[in-house]
This record gives sequence, structure tokens and C-alpha cells, in this order.
Amino acid sequence: MARNLSMKDAINEAIDLEMTRDPSVILMGEDIAGGSGGQGEMDAWGGPLGVTKGLWGKHKERVMDTPLSESAFIGAAIGAAACGMRPIAELMFLDFMGVCFDQIFNQAAKFKYMFGGKAETPVVIRGMVGAGFRAAAQHSQMLTPLFTHIPGLKVICPSNAYDAKGLLIQSIRDNDPVIFCEHKNLYASMADVPAEAYTIPFGEAAIPREGKSATIVAYGLMVHRALEAAETLAKEKIDVEVVDLRSLSPIDMDTVIESVEKTGRLVAVDEANPRCSIAADVIASATEHAFKALKAAPIAITAPHTPVPFSAALEDLYIPSAARIADAVRKQVK
Amino acid sequence: MSDRIKQVVMPKWGLSMREGKVTKWIVKLGDKVSVGDELLEVETEKIASAVEAGDAGIVRRILGEVDTVYPVKTLLAILADEDVPDSEIDAFLSTYVPPVAEEGEEEVSAYQNVTLPVGEIRYAKYGDGAKTLIFIHGFGGDLDNWLFNTSGLADQFTIYAIDLPGHGRSVKAFKDPSLKGMADVVLSFMDELNIDHANLIGHSLGGAISMKTAIAAPKRVSSVTVFGSAGLGADINMDYINGFISAESRREIKPFLEQLFFDSSLVGRQMIDDILKYKRLDGVPEALRTLADTVFKGGTQAQTLADAFKATGIPLLAIHGKDDHIIPASHTDVVKGFAKVELFADTGHMSQMEKSKEANALIAAHAK
Amino acid sequence: MSNNPFPLPKEKLLEAYTKMKTIREFEERLHIEFAKGDIPGFVHLYAGEEASGTGIMMHLEDKDRIASTHRGHGHCIAKGVEVEGMMAEIYGKATGSCRGKGGSMHIADLSKGMMGANGILGAGAPLICGAGLAAKFRGDGGVGITFFGDGASNQGTVLESMNLAAIWNLPVIFVVENNGYAESTSIDYALAVDSYIDRAAGFGIPGVTVDGTDFFAVYEAAGEIIKRAREGGGPAFLECKMVRFFGHFEGDAQTYRAKGENEENRANKDCLKIFRSKVTKAGVISDADLNKIDDQVLARIEASVQKAKRDPLPTQKDLLTDVYVRY
Ligand SMILES: Cc1ncc(C[n+]2csc(CCOP(=O)(O)OP(=O)(O)O)c2C)c(N)n1
Ligand SMILES: [Mg+2]
Repeated sequence: MARNLSMKDAINEAIDLEMTRDPSVILMGEDIAGGSGGQGEMDAWGGPLGVTKGLWGKHKERVMDTPLSESAFIGAAIGAAACGMRPIAELMFLDFMGVCFDQIFNQAAKFKYMFGGKAETPVVIRGMVGAGFRAAAQHSQMLTPLFTHIPGLKVICPSNAYDAKGLLIQSIRDNDPVIFCEHKNLYASMADVPAEAYTIPFGEAAIPREGKSATIVAYGLMVHRALEAAETLAKEKIDVEVVDLRSLSPIDMDTVIESVEKTGRLVAVDEANPRCSIAADVIASATEHAFKALKAAPIAITAPHTPVPFSAALEDLYIPSAARIADAVRKQVK
Repeated sequence: MSDRIKQVVMPKWGLSMREGKVTKWIVKLGDKVSVGDELLEVETEKIASAVEAGDAGIVRRILGEVDTVYPVKTLLAILADEDVPDSEIDAFLSTYVPPVAEEGEEEVSAYQNVTLPVGEIRYAKYGDGAKTLIFIHGFGGDLDNWLFNTSGLADQFTIYAIDLPGHGRSVKAFKDPSLKGMADVVLSFMDELNIDHANLIGHSLGGAISMKTAIAAPKRVSSVTVFGSAGLGADINMDYINGFISAESRREIKPFLEQLFFDSSLVGRQMIDDILKYKRLDGVPEALRTLADTVFKGGTQAQTLADAFKATGIPLLAIHGKDDHIIPASHTDVVKGFAKVELFADTGHMSQMEKSKEANALIAAHAK
Repeated sequence: MSNNPFPLPKEKLLEAYTKMKTIREFEERLHIEFAKGDIPGFVHLYAGEEASGTGIMMHLEDKDRIASTHRGHGHCIAKGVEVEGMMAEIYGKATGSCRGKGGSMHIADLSKGMMGANGILGAGAPLICGAGLAAKFRGDGGVGITFFGDGASNQGTVLESMNLAAIWNLPVIFVVENNGYAESTSIDYALAVDSYIDRAAGFGIPGVTVDGTDFFAVYEAAGEIIKRAREGGGPAFLECKMVRFFGHFEGDAQTYRAKGENEENRANKDCLKIFRSKVTKAGVISDADLNKIDDQVLARIEASVQKAKRDPLPTQKDLLTDVYVRY
């Protein structure tokens, strides 16, 4: 059975199904239930946007509110994972990674290799990413390139409710640490989502639109901008293929290269800042492996090299637009 | 005036189709076409196919542009006889009002769920003709495998298409993975929906299930039509079956799906993605494995049904693609004596899709 | 006029009242404007907590630094940041204190010693150790005050900073503004010790707890430890117990609160009412004097909202500036 579900509800359902299926799955984070220790209602919040609302009622002590001590509880989730649990730790805004990064990149990411392959750390660290919420410089970043840079971390960023559920279940069942990036401006987006549990393997890009004359590679919210651009370009008889990376580490460069070999043109879109971005990575790889197929220089459409501005007037300029993406393709086709 | 002007519109193949892309015009301006001639090629997210002429006439206007996506029902071309003056066509076009986009209402009501002893079963219902057809898909398939047939026949019949247990969006875990178990599901479906008797149409494993259902309850089955049917001989392409079950990615599954069709280019991205979406549901690979281990035990078909079916006296129509790589066309030999057998040239295992026009005509003529 | 029993002369009392009232009306107005949908993002209101920021800031000069929190409007106003620039900032206008680039959670005015509201909990504590260190090197007698909530008091950065300030004997004050909640989570859940004084003691830092709804209690306690820090006595810890009148942020349904809690807070724990009653009862300031201030404050807030709405938005050219001093 499939229903039209929001990405927010799809994420809630994924966690619920896995907690029901596997008692070693636990959920922790700040206000993920909410109301702990007070005299009002318990499960008062379900996270600041209500994503985990209702899970405490079903799974009680396996849904744990935490003090505002990310180093400690993210680290504890990682430690518990190394000891046979499957914790899902919510970092609310992934910008807060700053205060607990050591536990993630020096500990979780390195155990497996550093210990000669003998450790497994099946932890999921999930949280919000992305701009467009007028949430300003410290609550709006797309830090995916930072996470992707680190060997040992898997990095996921879904663009829709269907993928979010399948990729999150895969993340929970996966035996490596996963950084699961949820774009806050996609929580309300709806898709057909089966009620059953299902998984989407990592390292498999999706192709939400097929085309012959140019390839736009994107992930997260930018997939929607890319599709919008493709729609506009179709009216101009430019037939664009859109590749949704979904998983940034591992990354499905095969699909990107296959597409570029067909179209000869590549625009890589990234909501992250330009330097050392996913877009830069995709372009470098595609240029190296599909150089002969290229009919025009690849173009990266990214945020500018600035922090995320607060003012709506600036933030709207900051986020790559469908118009900028379409222009890039036009330039290549000309 | 306008009955002399025949419209060619973007077709609606199945419920989920909202738009289609014109990929190629097969005819050109001035060509004379007869009913059934292929006019143009259209690609949807599910499949590519040709749009056939529903009327005869000369191609007087081509409006649909290649590589352009149009909503269903968009006017793509005008056919008219020689004696219709251009001015009349222009007048028609100048007053032409494009049909308003249909609401999704139809879709909502067509896909439904019903709870049977086996669990939740999804089905689709179309049309309200006097005779009833029930479509039963094959191994690993779902009710959308009948897209071209249900849309082509809905104006004449009451049609049901079901997702078998373990398939589509029906329940994934079920107890009895045998032909008998599946036939029981079909009968309980008929009970639940108060269908006293029906014409069964089955594809591949669904063909065997149709025949098994008829054997189990001959009074309730008016006729049976099978496409590329199982249950007639021992051979089954186990490479395909095992590959279909174990493939986990687009790249892995594509070569297997291509074996299904004579023209392997019919296997589009969306078809592959839909099948992967299904296969990735918890319990599906296990369900398929159990089913295959039961009905194709030891790499051969566990049961052949020709003799038992013959005894029922129910009319059988067996259609098979000559180039079927999954179940050989020669299997139909055993029913030649009592059934109507049609072998399609240049056709693979998905004959009901690959030759939907011929298939629909045969189904319609055979139904009781 | 009778004897003044308060530690501040009348003009200073009026100044303190004006600050508190300005903060209150600023926040009450934002509450209304936010609901209209005109204010982007999210805002955390300081209403109910005014006595804490004001009581402390009355001891500070521009050379003294503060590091604020996500709930920073009150700290800004108390430290002397212009209301008009703040309002414009919250509206995302080019005329804002941060040219529309920072927003509610990042208002700063370094010329006033305000090192920024902060979107990252606990981030101000290490920074203020730096401010204390700089003051020490400069030898100008400046102090640094870091504010954090009861929730943020559990950040590793805060705890590490307390130890650092202690071993380096920095002129730094750690102020926990304890309003009982971190978002929806009660302090009873999140804090293991019964008293912050015990926790501070564990770091070798003297601590004091005051009723943060009483301006005078805050003022006196802060005065003592700030003086001590200026004179080289090292860091101290101050807990102000208080209430927040609104939700964690605008749009919070507050179902985690006990029934009637907000009403009780407004009735009996309103620092402005308490201040008014104390100074009028003592006969030092008349109701009429305070009412006059109320009117002036309201007019100023009204004007700042109108101006903020009228002011221009930043433009494309502002997007790329201010990233580096030079690049
Ligand atoms: C490092 C970090 N973790 C989490 C948050 C999200 N967050 C913002 S305010 C807040 C609650 C703060 O509570 P408290 O410190 O008591 O301050 P109050 O809001 O009560 O003033 C939380 C969890 C954040 N901004 N930064
Ligand atoms: Mg608090």
C-alpha cells in the first residue's frame, strides 16, 4: 500500500518501522520527545519541527531526550554503536556538528580502518541542512562536502519522501556511520510512499528526468530546481537529463558518466559553497572519465563563497535558482 | 462539420499516465491512413509505444512536435478526407477548445484494496460492461502489466486487474505459494467482490493460475485467455527467474528485463525503477524466492495443467510470442487439440503488451 | 522626596527602567509582528528576563565585553545597541545593525562591546575567555560576561571555559540565565546537580544564585563579582533564576508547561512590575514618571517598526561583501 506522504512523515515512519523491527535501534536527541522533567505534557515537541513526534509514545525509553551536550550524546551514540546498538542520534541542525565533530570524524569515521577492519559503528546522525528558512548563517548551511571529504562516513541527502524513507532505513541497517542530511525545505514535500519498509542501496543515483542534450547533476532541494530548469528548457527544445545523486558518499559516478557520455554536457548544481564542493568533485571526476564525450566545458552552479545571509532578499540570491541553472545549460548548448 | 474532421490526441495508456512525449512521427502530411495504422511514437514514463489511427483519412495537419511532452488528450494531428477543404479544418482549429485537464479522481477510485483471507490485496477496476474480465499478472509482475489491455477494453467490459500476494502493492508474506494457493486467492477475490463468474486472463505464471482456478471452480470461469503461459510444459528460463530475484541495481536487472521483450529497447528507465521499487520492499525477495522454489521446483515447472484443464470444457485461448525467451512457444502444442492458439511473430514474453492491439481484439472475441 | 534606599541614584534607576521597558516592548511588539508573518526566520524573545541583562549591564562600560545567546535582544538593548538598527536587522533590512546579514540570532555591535548573539549554544563562553584574556593583556580593567541558558550550561564549551578561566584567572563572569527550560525540556531533567554553586565550586569558581526577576538582587550580586574580576580576583559564576513569558521561539505551543504557569509568571514574576512596585513604594520614583517612560518607549518602538518596514532591503552587491577583510 502506498500513500501520499510528506518527507517529514516518511522519516518518522522509517524510524518507527526500524525501532519496531529491531530492539537495538534507539533514538536520541534534543527535544526529540520533549517535555522531559517538566510538569506539562510529555512528547510535547517531537523535535523543533515535529519530525519525531509520536515515537516516544510508541517506543518509550528507547526514545531519549538529551541535555544540550552534543559532544557527549553524539559520542555516546557512537560508542553504543561500537558496542552492538544501532543508535539514531539527531543533531537538530547539522550546523551544530561544530561542537561534536571530533566524535564523528576522528572517532566514528576511523574505527573501522584504524582497528584493522575489526570494528563496526552502525550509527546514524541525522539532522537538518540547507538554506531558505531565513534561519541565518549558523542554521542554514549545506555542509555535505565537509562530511563527504572524510573517509569512513557515509553521506546521504534525499530529495523526496520516497527516497528519504528507503535511504533512512538503509542507513539504520547499514553497519557504517551515516550522516543523514534532511533538507528542511523538503519536509513538507509529498510523494507516493509504500507503507512497508524498504531500502534504497547507497551509491545509486536516480534519474528523475531523462534527456539527451545536457546532464544536470544535483541532490537535495537542488534536484527540484534542476527539474524546474529542465521544464523551462524543454519549452526551448533543450532536452535535459537530471541526475539525483541521493547518496554523496558513496557516490554513483558511473551513472553521472554514463549520462554525460550520452549528452556531452554537464551542469553540476550544489547548494553548498563552491570551493571543494560536491559540484566540483562531480565535475572533476566526469572531466577525467568522460573527457572525450564533452561538447562544452562543465559548469558548476553553487552558492557563492559566503556564509548564508539572513535577509530574504539576500538568501534568495544565495540559493542557486532554476534560472541560473537553465542559463548554464543554454550557454553550453549555444 | 467536425465529424468529418478526425482528431488524433495524446492517448491515455493506463491510469497513471498524465502526459506523453512525441518521439517520432511515422506518417507525414498527406499520407493516407487506415484504422490501426501506426501514426506516431509516444514515450511515457512507463513505456514507449505507437499511437494507432482510430479513424481512416488523410493526414491533414500535424500539430504535435517531436521531443515535446503533451498532456493526455492534447490534439496532435488532424485526419480528414480529401474533400474536406482546408478552410474547414482551419475553422475547426480556430474554434478548437482544448479539453480541460482531468481530475485525479478516476485514479483514486480505480486502485483499491480488499482484505482477503491471504491479507490485503490491491486491484484496479475499470469499465462497467456486461461481461467481466479478471487479469492476473505473472511472476514478479503487477496489475500495471495490463496497462494497454485494460485501457483498450474498458469500454466493452467490466475489468478487474489484481496484484497477486507477494506482488505489486498486495500483502508480501503469505502462506501457500503454490498454484493452488494462488487460485484460492483469485476465488476469494471473486467471492469478496461478489463476482459470480468471470473470464480469466493470465500472463505467464498468471496463465497457470487462471487455468488452475478454472480447474478448481469450473462453474465460475467462463473462459480463459493466457499469454506466454506457464503450466503447459516443463521448461522455464531459470536464469531469468533467479536473475530477477537476485538483481539489486538497475544495471543488474536490465539485461534480465530485456529478455522479456522482442524489442529490448522497450525496457525504459521508469520500468526498471518501478520494478526495483517493488523488489526493495521488505519481504519481496523472500516472497519471490519461496514462490519460485514452489512453482519452479528443481528448475522446472512443477505442474502441467493441460489435461486437467481440457476436462473442464472451458474455452481456452492461448497466445504466445514466437520469440518468448522465458517460456518457449512450443509449450502451446499440448493445447492445440482443444484450444485456440495464436502465435505472434516478432514478439517476446510480454505479448499482451508488445502486441496489445491484436491481443485486445482476441480477448474481446474470446470472452463469454 | 524621601531617602533613596537603593544602590543607584534616581537617574540611574530611571535609566535601568527605561532599558527594561524597552526590552519588554521590543519583544512584545515582535511577538505581534511575527504573528503577522512579516518577520522572517525564527525569533527567541527575552520578555520576562529583562532584570537579568539590565541588572548586570548597569555595571558595564563599552570596553567591557559580553557574549550573548540566541535569546539576545535584551542583552543588546541593555548593552546600548540601538533599537532602530536591531529592528531593521530583524526585518532583514540593509540599515540593520548587521546590514541584514545576521538577523535576530546574530545581532552584534562590537563598538558597544556586544560580541554577538549566537546561534550556537555555549559558543560565547570560550570567546569571552578570549575577551578576558585581551583585557588582561591590555590592563584596562575590562571584564567579559558570557550569558548562557540552563540548557546551554551543559555544553562542553561552557565547562571547558570555566576551567580555563579559573586556571588563567581571567576577568570573566559566567552568567546562567535559568528560565527552567531548554526548548521544551525541563532543567529538572537535564541538570544533575541541585545547585549551580556546587558546580562552579567544582571548577574552583565562586558562585552566587539570585532571584533574576528582582533587578536589585541581580544588580547587587553582579556588582560585587564584576568589581572583584576587574581587580584581578578572577572569574565568578552567577545564576539568575527567572521565567520566560513566551514560548521557546515564536510558534511554540508550550504544552510542556504546567497548567496556568504562564499566567502565574505574568502575575507574580514580572520583573518590571516588581521594579515599579519597589521604587514607587519607597517613594523614590512616581508612577507618573514611569508612565512617561512607558509612553516614550512605546513611541520609540513604534517608530523603529515603521522605519524598519520602510527601509530598503540589501541588494545583490551586498551578497558578496564582508566575507574577508581582504581576499
Ligand atoms: C550547539 C547547539 N545545540 C542546539 C541548539 C538548538 N537550540 C537552540 S536554543 C536551545 C535551547 C536553549 O535552552 P537554554 O540554554 O536554556 O536557553 P533558553 O532558550 O532557555 O534561553 C536549543 C536546544 C543550538 N542552537 N546550538
Ligand atoms: Mg533555558
